[in-house]
Amino acid sequence: MKIVVTVKQVPDPNAPQGLDPDNTIARDREVVLDPGDECGIEIGLQLREAHGGEVVLVSMGPEKARDAIRKGLSMGADRGILITDGALAGADAFLTARTLAAAIGPESPDLVISATESYDGSTGMVPPMLAELLSLPQLTFAKHVEVSSGRVTVHRQTEAGYQVVEAETPALITVTAGIAEPRYASLKGIMAARSKEVRVVTAGDLGVDRGEPAEVVQGIADAETRQAGEVVEDDGSIGVERIITVLQAAKVL
Amino acid sequence: MAKIWVYAEQSQGRPAATTLELLTRARELGDVEAIALGPGAAAAAPVLGKHGAKRVHVNEEAAFAEYLAEPATDCLAALVGAGAPDLILFGFSPDSREVAGRLAARLGTGLIANAMDVDVDGSCFVAKVPYFGGAKVATYRANTSPAVVLIRPKSFEVSESGGQAEVVEVAAAIGGGSRRARIVETKTEAADKVKLEDAQVVVSGGRGLGGPENFHYVEELADALGGAAGASRAIVDAGWVPYAMQVGQTGKTVRPGVYIAAGISGAMQHTVGMKGAKVIVAINKDPEAPILKMADLGVVGDALKILPKLTEAVRAKKGG
Ligand SMILES: Cc1cc2nc3c(=O)[nH]c(=O)nc-3n(C[C@H](O)[C@H](O)[C@H](O)COP(=O)(O)OP(=O)(O)OC[C@H]3O[C@@H](n4cnc5c(N)ncnc54)[C@H](O)[C@@H]3O)c2cc1C
Ligand SMILES: Nc1ncnc2c1ncn2[C@@H]1O[C@H](COP(=O)(O)O)[C@@H](O)[C@H]1O
Repeated sequence: MKIVVTVKQVPDPNAPQGLDPDNTIARDREVVLDPGDECGIEIGLQLREAHGGEVVLVSMGPEKARDAIRKGLSMGADRGILITDGALAGADAFLTARTLAAAIGPESPDLVISATESYDGSTGMVPPMLAELLSLPQLTFAKHVEVSSGRVTVHRQTEAGYQVVEAETPALITVTAGIAEPRYASLKGIMAARSKEVRVVTAGDLGVDRGEPAEVVQGIADAETRQAGEVVEDDGSIGVERIITVLQAAKVL
Repeated sequence: MAKIWVYAEQSQGRPAATTLELLTRARELGDVEAIALGPGAAAAAPVLGKHGAKRVHVNEEAAFAEYLAEPATDCLAALVGAGAPDLILFGFSPDSREVAGRLAARLGTGLIANAMDVDVDGSCFVAKVPYFGGAKVATYRANTSPAVVLIRPKSFEVSESGGQAEVVEVAAAIGGGSRRARIVETKTEAADKVKLEDAQVVVSGGRGLGGPENFHYVEELADALGGAAGASRAIVDAGWVPYAMQVGQTGKTVRPGVYIAAGISGAMQHTVGMKGAKVIVAINKDPEAPILKMADLGVVGDALKILPKLTEAVRAKKGG
């Protein structure tokens, strides 16, 4: 089975965040492989272990995104494709999906695995667009995945529980953060990753042109904030007393 | 007048709350039509009309409810081709965003996701989107026709216009290869508790509770107040509680009368989902916790000690 996992490099969610004066997200921050995509890689590796085949990582980003691919290769993925091109800087979801589709299409994977949403963009719009452009069914919000004899089954997390969703492969699935604990790269894995192939391609190689953006930024302003109210130090009773008063004033008690 | 379409989510004839929110806003901006698909679509139409849809396109085909995203995308794409809307609004919900993503890719338009407001600006549409974890708000101008905008739940207060919709039966237009991702079974885990997004009181717990064995303190207080229990992402990801309880950027948006946050630090990604509450109460051990800078009442103390006493006090008041 051939599995493609899309992987994105994002600012480290655990590092302090900063904005440049022009309101772009500061670029000098620590970057990491998106934790959601680590789960995607883990599932890809588990499926390869069960069914054989190959796990290919595909990322679009600056040259530095090679580190994200490298990390996935250290975990055990087989090879990577890095799409990097100044012309793609600041790509929106649709351009990202078009570019990823152009790189993934020729691989003819049985399964494409993405995270439900990325840690920085976090709109989760790339996967459904990618599925459409690759003409694949999409099985989303998976908290459990099984593949057997050409069928993929997922447990799709919903508000009230989950749905069991099934499709024939090839298909695209999106996985949730809780689906699996990503494995650590072993020293052996890190060594092995050094000799694994990372093919670097440009937008031109893929025949992708930038096109018109879906949106134009008109302005960025501070969000409305709430003011701090009363703060009390609990002494064993004042906390409860004050909260009760507030609940009564709000007429919920 | 701008021609605005709202993709209506409905189940068994009941439109989703977010759909009614979108209609309420859309009718201020132009002529509104809704598209309702799947069993129950026709029954939902009068409710959609009452909230501002002048026309509702319906098709009751079972495949719309049985298969994810693709059948609805096919139907919408066919309708867009014939009807030429200026703006298509979707709720930013899991189901809608999958349809919207496929549709925008098929139309070649792209989209604006995660918006908290949409407006008309001359001949263009603009949308406000939380940026940088919610600390900032970006205003985007849609650059495509139709503009496709996905709006966060609870962005608008629902009101009725008292209108009546013309109901138009449309072709399902489902492509031969689109019955693919099939829902074979639906499992319900959450019992019939008060719905988080409808609750007048929400009590949420975070990592400060120390472990899953302490979450019952949160649930007991929520029960005593007739409200619902929520959670931060930290403890959802850690597997203490199900995702359905998550409040925030990647979870639910709530606007209760009172929101009580216990052992939650107040990261922007959390507060973006609850800062619309009328009153916010926070219990946190750390006097420097960001949540105390936005709470109407902040109690610096140990949630594990305060919650059980509070629950007892609430029960006593209710009893007496
Ligand atoms: C893209 C993205 C999306 C995200 N989406 C969401 C989202 O939808 N919802 C969400 O919640 N988060 C979201 N997050 C995560 C968010 O940034 C925070 O990491 C998370 O909200 C922290 O959860 P917490 O407050 O429970 O934990 P912590 O930040 O660890 O805070 C625990 C708090 O408990 C206090 N505490 C400790 N012990 C006690 C005690 N005994 N009594 C009282 N207080 C105590 C501590 O002082 C601390 O303030 C998202 C992050 C990213 C990057
Ligand atoms: N630039 C990118 N390169 C590779 N994969 C991406 C990229 N952007 C998004 N994805 C994939 O799509 C998922 C959801 O991202 P998003 O739609 O941005 O929330 C990510 O977790 C990745 O798996």
